[in-house]
Amino acid sequence: MMLSKGLKRKREEEEEEKESLAVDAWWLDPGHPAVAQAPPAAASSSLFDLSVLKLHHSLRQSEPDLRHLVLVVNTLRRIQASMAPAAALPPVPSPPAASGVADNLLASSDAALSASMASLLEDLSHIEGLSQAPQPLADEGPPGRPTGGASPGLGALDLLGPATGCLLDDGFEGLFEDIDTSMYDSELWAPASEGLKPGPEDGPGKEEAPELDEAELDYLMDVLVGTQALERPPGPGR
Amino acid sequence: MSSQRSFEPCASEADIISTVEFNHTGELLATGDKGGRVVIFQREPESKNAPHSQGEYDVYSTFQSHEPEFDYLKSLEIEEKINKIKWLPQQNAAHSLLSTNDKTIKLWKITERDKRPEGYNLKDEEGKLKDLSTVTSLQVPVLKPMDLMVEVSPRRVFANGHTYHINSISVNSDCETYMSADDLRINLWHLAITDRSFNIVDIKPANMEDLTEVITASEFHPHHCNLFVYSSSKGSLRLCDMRAAALCDKHSKLFEEPEDPSNRSFFSEIISSVSDVKFSHSGRYMLTRDYLTVKVWDLNMEARPIETYQVHDYLRSKLCSLYENDCIFDKFECAWNGSDSVIMTGAYNNFFRMFDRNTKRDVTLEASRESSKPRAVLKPRRVCVGGKRRRDDISVDSLDFTKKILHTAWHPAENIIAIAATNNLYIFQDKVNSEMH
Repeated sequence: MMLSKGLKRKREEEEEEKESLAVDAWWLDPGHPAVAQAPPAAASSSLFDLSVLKLHHSLRQSEPDLRHLVLVVNTLRRIQASMAPAAALPPVPSPPAASGVADNLLASSDAALSASMASLLEDLSHIEGLSQAPQPLADEGPPGRPTGGASPGLGALDLLGPATGCLLDDGFEGLFEDIDTSMYDSELWAPASEGLKPGPEDGPGKEEAPELDEAELDYLMDVLVGTQALERPPGPGR
Repeated sequence: MSSQRSFEPCASEADIISTVEFNHTGELLATGDKGGRVVIFQREPESKNAPHSQGEYDVYSTFQSHEPEFDYLKSLEIEEKINKIKWLPQQNAAHSLLSTNDKTIKLWKITERDKRPEGYNLKDEEGKLKDLSTVTSLQVPVLKPMDLMVEVSPRRVFANGHTYHINSISVNSDCETYMSADDLRINLWHLAITDRSFNIVDIKPANMEDLTEVITASEFHPHHCNLFVYSSSKGSLRLCDMRAAALCDKHSKLFEEPEDPSNRSFFSEIISSVSDVKFSHSGRYMLTRDYLTVKVWDLNMEARPIETYQVHDYLRSKLCSLYENDCIFDKFECAWNGSDSVIMTGAYNNFFRMFDRNTKRDVTLEASRESSKPRAVLKPRRVCVGGKRRRDDISVDSLDFTKKILHTAWHPAENIIAIAATNNLYIFQDKVNSEMH
């Protein structure tokens, strides 16, 4: 699902919410069949883009703030739901229902984004799952299960050392084999993150590439390329 | 309310105060900062000789609690920032506290040494062995006073209990156990056992894609050692009874206020996310803070809070901008006074707010160098939202959103409050009404 390019949002709509975002978004083209049937969504769509940006920014952190992430994702879902026409939007992340052009277009864009969001969240759980390797009891076990802690040998003696509790022997190399950071090596990210509060957690950790197929990747890239023309939004005190 | 002292270390990010906590008597005040340091202040005893320094807080001890660590599995640095400090009830001459960063909780013991033995038979004053021929009689070493030395030592390290970021710790009234909560799980620890903990709440979904809610804060009931509460990002509170089941995923009570349809927006959920929950000293009520309000809940009523106070309702029309600059995600704490009659919370522009539950009056005060010279009286502030503007009013658009008061604490018995304004600590004392009313 490709976005049509070259459509700028009207200035008056932007002033309503004190943001000057220029968005290449097909859903704002009044001539587009999907939009002709949809309710006015100027505020929603710029919030949508902002939320997508925040989501990616959040996921880019070496260790995302889970609360921030969950709140942004939930807000994004609300915005998505409001941007859909009256026809029922399929729940994220199940496959879209096809019931008309508008539904189809919105739904398929939803599906791509949903799938991206879903797989990004899933990756988060894989990364978390890796860190649980030294504590096999952490996730399973009977109710009121004890969780694995530091081995008795550590404890009071190893007070300020790294709290890893376990070292992998041979499988260490294999962990990083399929991590592809090329998606994040471009300049796209620099202007996009300007308008957001500086995140001190932007650590030096490796980026985890989400498992997206080519079509979804293209879609995401288009959203990002489309929002690259964002000017720096004014702060709230003005 | 008069300003007593402000402590201003040199301005750097490591000095940003991240938590403030009085001990159970109020004699000690601990702060934690982003650089992993803990600074403990002690209240000077009141003396007739120096009436002006009655009850002021001086630095008692400083120590490095946590260091940055590296998680080799995830290739991530673990921040040394102290998220929370909780004092243990004092059981002997020593003081103990728990401090935690995102992953590791530590128990610290603080002891005083103000005497040293003198008059050894075999050693002289400097510790060198004496020439035995000069020893003609035996003496018993006596303890002589020395300059006070405060010694802090780590007694326990509770590591590897949390996959996600720890947001709360709370000591049980049994004084033997405590709990620690991260985004998805709550663990119960025994203070003497570091190599294992008991998981009592787990809200991690089987599929991370289904994650829609996280734990934001938790606390043990002050009197009932089996009860604790935890709050969520969706604005709900769950009271759990550890006697009911080993795993407290099922709450005993669920406190939730239905959404106000007239105030509905895209940001409804974010602003309903509870950033702090505190039991009242009486144990009968809970205080919660969400983005725009503080609420008092009665443990006997789950349907809605019994009181709601607007902290800065003028921000309701600015939520979009605050979402954009991430301020909407700021986590403010809240506090009760000793008699549970007044509640306090921070806001922006270095303002903090107090609400008197009995008179229903509220006041806005500012914690800043300019407005609070030592012993000056704090002047109430006002934010004007258009309409008639008085001389010292601040307009909403001039508020400084980088100056946020996230961490505040109230002395357990007296009208003394500690306010953390970025890297500055302010201690205010109400000298006129120093007794609880």
